[in-house]
Amino acid sequence: MLPDSTRRQRLRTLVQKIAGKPAPDDEQESLFESGLLDSFALPDLVSAIETEFGVKVPDSDLNPRKFDSIERMDAYLADRAQ
Amino acid sequence: MTAHLHGFGAFLPETVVANAELADRLGCTAEWIEKVSGIRERRWAGTDTTVADMGVAAAEDCLRKVGIPANTLGMLIVASGSGARGFPGPAAEIAARLGMDSAPALDLPIASAGSLFGMALAMQMAETHGDVLVVGAEKMSSLIQTEPLDPNTAILFGDGAGAALVSGRTGRWRLLDAVLHTDGQYRGDLALDQTGQLRMNGLSVILQAARKIPASITEVLERQNISAQQISAFLLHQANFNLLTRVAKSLGVSPDKLFSNVQRYGNTSSASMLIAASEWFEGNPDPGPIVFSAFGAGFHWGAIVGDSRT
Repeated sequence: MLPDSTRRQRLRTLVQKIAGKPAPDDEQESLFESGLLDSFALPDLVSAIETEFGVKVPDSDLNPRKFDSIERMDAYLADRAQ
Repeated sequence: MTAHLHGFGAFLPETVVANAELADRLGCTAEWIEKVSGIRERRWAGTDTTVADMGVAAAEDCLRKVGIPANTLGMLIVASGSGARGFPGPAAEIAARLGMDSAPALDLPIASAGSLFGMALAMQMAETHGDVLVVGAEKMSSLIQTEPLDPNTAILFGDGAGAALVSGRTGRWRLLDAVLHTDGQYRGDLALDQTGQLRMNGLSVILQAARKIPASITEVLERQNISAQQISAFLLHQANFNLLTRVAKSLGVSPDKLFSNVQRYGNTSSASMLIAASEWFEGNPDPGPIVFSAFGAGFHWGAIVGDSRT
């Protein structure tokens, strides 16, 4: 299993790549409410997570709350790794 | 089962509401509305115009173009999520005003995907009921103008109606196959309460639609051994231009293959797919396989494939 810090850093890199701007320092900050990402970036973000971490996010997990912040994405991936 | 698609019809209200008019009310810019939706303007019906009024107009346009009198129809299916009453839905009124006095008229209150579900149902019913007219009619403007306006919905929706005739008789396109799906766990993410309050979780709708539309198209095409690249036109629910381009990317086809008029009419919910099909057909398109697809409240989604060459 990846250490949290490594996984979170990779998530930050993904967010930065999709947003074209630095990811927020606060890993609990909503990426969408803050305006960093819009609704059309969300499918891209999920696809990028699948590619980067080698996981398939099933349709039943396509809940925007799971991908709302770096912390929540990290928690989702940690659950998937167990 | 062999069903054929004979033609389309449409009706759009005359009043054009440009982004600038909405931007003033919402405190945003016209450019922002176009950037997030691809929409430049939409049509809104007058206060005296009903869903049934628009549905009758689209039905008559379709029947005129295919040369069928209404009293020979075996069935009417009306998709609408914005009818004026809880019951009866607009199907009964549209049937009566078309002069149908005993053929069944069925309502499908499936916002955005209703016309697709109606066409898939008509493919089955045509064998026993003959000519089946499918109508999608929506007056979304009546649902989004409650002050204060919700920018998530107010910028998107427009009014209008579309129609298609499906029959067991040989027609222009043979309808080869249909796939339909529903996942009710997200039913609260796009919903109209009985109070008239329209609620939309845009993040959830886009995330689900961006996956499920291409997945259902791929599913129906694989069953028919047809590749996406062989399709001459994709006629989709006109939800948002950005979503259409994303679907094209997922399918690996040029965005030009996805007919779009959302820029001029906005998202007319269940009416949009048939309005788009009607306009596309007016342009004398090349023959070949075509795909219909939609995604809407419920969530309901699916796809239909047809071919003019079989």
